[in-house]
Amino acid sequence: MSDAQAQIKETVTGNDVVLFMKGTSTMPQCGFSSRVAGVLNYMGVPFKDVNVLEDEGVRHGIKEFSDWPTIPQLYVKGEFVGGCDIITEMTLSGELDTLFEENGITYDADAAAKIRDANA
Amino acid sequence: MPMQANEIETLIREAFPDAQIAVSGDDGVHMAAQVVAEAFRGLNRVKQHQMVYAALKGKMDGSSGDLHALALTTRAPD
Repeated sequence: MSDAQAQIKETVTGNDVVLFMKGTSTMPQCGFSSRVAGVLNYMGVPFKDVNVLEDEGVRHGIKEFSDWPTIPQLYVKGEFVGGCDIITEMTLSGELDTLFEENGITYDADAAAKIRDANA
Repeated sequence: MPMQANEIETLIREAFPDAQIAVSGDDGVHMAAQVVAEAFRGLNRVKQHQMVYAALKGKMDGSSGDLHALALTTRAPD
């Protein structure tokens, strides 16, 4: 396993919720990263943000790690959940709430419901 | 090189001959595709999207790829 792969593995197993993104949680630098970080922030989910723009090895390595060509990428308890489209769909369907509940991740259920109301 | 909607559809069609495929977007860089295929039945969304990305044969691969963004919606037929 290369350094980048080992580093990614350690990050996703050492943190309950990890978002690999362009930019940071507070300063996203891509609309797709911004959307997923925005959902997590709004739902009050604590997560580790990894800015792939700061590490070329991770930027390329994460695509190999998950066999997924795009960023952002969300991981919960070490499992790859999806990118922007999937997280958006799961937010609106309530599957994301279920995933957090099943994994004992705290989140604001009222905020999640508000997102759904606003997009109904 | 940006990709036209019909090129994207052709690549997806090769992998999913019987699918319903709708590709939209006109700048060739930020595109959207909806794929409804029997092959997706029983698979989670990550697996479904991975199959579509595989069909696109590296066109999604970041700075060296042609497509910056392809908004994907996938499901099995009702």
